[in-house]
Amino acid sequence: MEEEKTLDALRDACPGAILEAGLSLGDAVAVIRPEDLPAVAAFLRDGPPRMAMLLDLTCVDRPDESGRFEMVYHFLSLETYARVRIKARLPAVNPEIASLTGLWKNADWLEREVFDLFGICFADHPNLSRLLLYDGFEGHPLRKDYPLRRRQPRIPPRQDGPGS
Amino acid sequence: MTTRLERQAGPESLLLNMGPSHPAMHGTIRIMLELDGERILASEVEIGFLHRGFEKTCESKTFFNLLIYTDRLNYVSPLINNLGYVLAVEKLLGLEIPERARYIRVLMSELSRVSDHLTCLAAMAMESGAFTVFLYMMKAREFLWDVIERTTGARMTTSYIRIGGVRAELADGFAADTRTAVKETRKVLKDVRGLLDRNPIFLARTRDVGVMSRENALAYGWTGPCLRSTGLAYDVRKARPYLVYDRLAFDVPVGERGDNFDRYKVRMLEMEQSLRLIEQCGDWLERHPGPAVPADGRAMVPAEAIREARRRKPEGRIILSPNLEGSEKERLESLYACAPGVVPPAKEDAYASMAGLIGHFQYFMTGHGLRPPKGEVYASVEGGNGELGYYIVSDGGDRPYRLHLRAPCLHIVSALEELIRGRLLADIIPTFGSMNMIGGELDR
Repeated sequence: MEEEKTLDALRDACPGAILEAGLSLGDAVAVIRPEDLPAVAAFLRDGPPRMAMLLDLTCVDRPDESGRFEMVYHFLSLETYARVRIKARLPAVNPEIASLTGLWKNADWLEREVFDLFGICFADHPNLSRLLLYDGFEGHPLRKDYPLRRRQPRIPPRQDGPGS
Repeated sequence: MTTRLERQAGPESLLLNMGPSHPAMHGTIRIMLELDGERILASEVEIGFLHRGFEKTCESKTFFNLLIYTDRLNYVSPLINNLGYVLAVEKLLGLEIPERARYIRVLMSELSRVSDHLTCLAAMAMESGAFTVFLYMMKAREFLWDVIERTTGARMTTSYIRIGGVRAELADGFAADTRTAVKETRKVLKDVRGLLDRNPIFLARTRDVGVMSRENALAYGWTGPCLRSTGLAYDVRKARPYLVYDRLAFDVPVGERGDNFDRYKVRMLEMEQSLRLIEQCGDWLERHPGPAVPADGRAMVPAEAIREARRRKPEGRIILSPNLEGSEKERLESLYACAPGVVPPAKEDAYASMAGLIGHFQYFMTGHGLRPPKGEVYASVEGGNGELGYYIVSDGGDRPYRLHLRAPCLHIVSALEELIRGRLLADIIPTFGSMNMIGGELDR
């Protein structure tokens, strides 16, 4: 099965980086150390798995566990159509991980979305700013401690823009 | 607060704010442009104007109740959005659904795909000045939506594809209606081809405009017709077939140049393939009719059944209200997986017995309903725009711990700045139109 082959190739290429790997409900999943993400992602893209596409990137907030934020990446190979999920745990305080914008262009917006909604920082991101919410928005709505119905202060009309 | 472009723009440049209220921006996207005359030097695309907090909302809804929110993601192909979500939950549950429900799902998805492509191309053509094409395509979409409406009861917010199966049996006369709709749609496609394919104005606005290379399309995570327009034949229906796609005959059309015209062409060709799929599913469903509801014997309305159930077990058939039509007890077996507690119980039981009533409440009430085991899944379908994926994390509770949508249109729109750089202001309109930006899916 292609998923298993991908995991084997990953284990061989980055033995120290993999904390845990296996199949979960048919999906190939590997948990890695966050500092190894650039190397793992580069291997997945350029190495034998040939994962040409960064399919998706998101985060899961697990406030009760050590390593509160779980970054989740989905990669896809267009040769074998195998998919792999890579996960990395980040601490609750100052969560930061390397940006993948140097490898995939869509990482730009995907990382900005995670920055916006979870408050994760991406090192070396060229324009780490909010994507879906406005600049004056307080907090990160997809964190579990953000109340569902919290109201935000109204922002005043803009004074400094073009035409003013 | 200033935008990145405002900080970086040269002193001689003109900054122009396009949208979100510009008609071609569909009210949900803003492009800040740095112009030299009509030439675009740089741009900054801003999204989030429709942001509804879909993912946060889903965390507070039960697995059953959040289905209606998936309808509203891509409101021109809600059935595919339903399907993507239920396939992810079914993967989590390990559910196998009946054959008939599979064919119905494929049929409905393809009807949705055609209506999605029709809407995209109609808007693209209209914004480029071809208003007749818009009217023709809207006419075809109406034929398809009539068919969808007769079965699902709604034109846009269908919520028809349910966890474990489909909500109800196809409406009476579905086969004939579908045949007519397919025939009329084919006629419209032929007319549109005649109007656009060699039209010098349309070609001037689309040929070699908004060109995307194959490498860049991959780097941006493009999928669907936009990726295929660059020559890559990635289609989830072929790559990882779900339901019965592996048993059906269809081709994956690809383009060559990756420009606006190729994106139009690929969608046109794809619609023909979808019509083929609709016909194949329609034939299968006609050859394999579902169980009939016995017409003989006494039929009673729910109120009568409830009254009788106070004294003894009601005898006779209970007539369901019009919004439940097609989900009669006799038909459930061919429409839903056999998994008590996971799929909704027969409505008639709720009227006729205390155990049925309790079962009904237990399925639908908050805190009691469907509880997938702990775990996480990613499942995807080929949506109108490309790979539509759902990543769901379950903690064993009755609502998702986390639900994330892989929206194809986010990846496509993120490349807009690059596509229009160096082009003229007027090129934004057909380029943006060919991307099929859907606010509900993009902003979520």
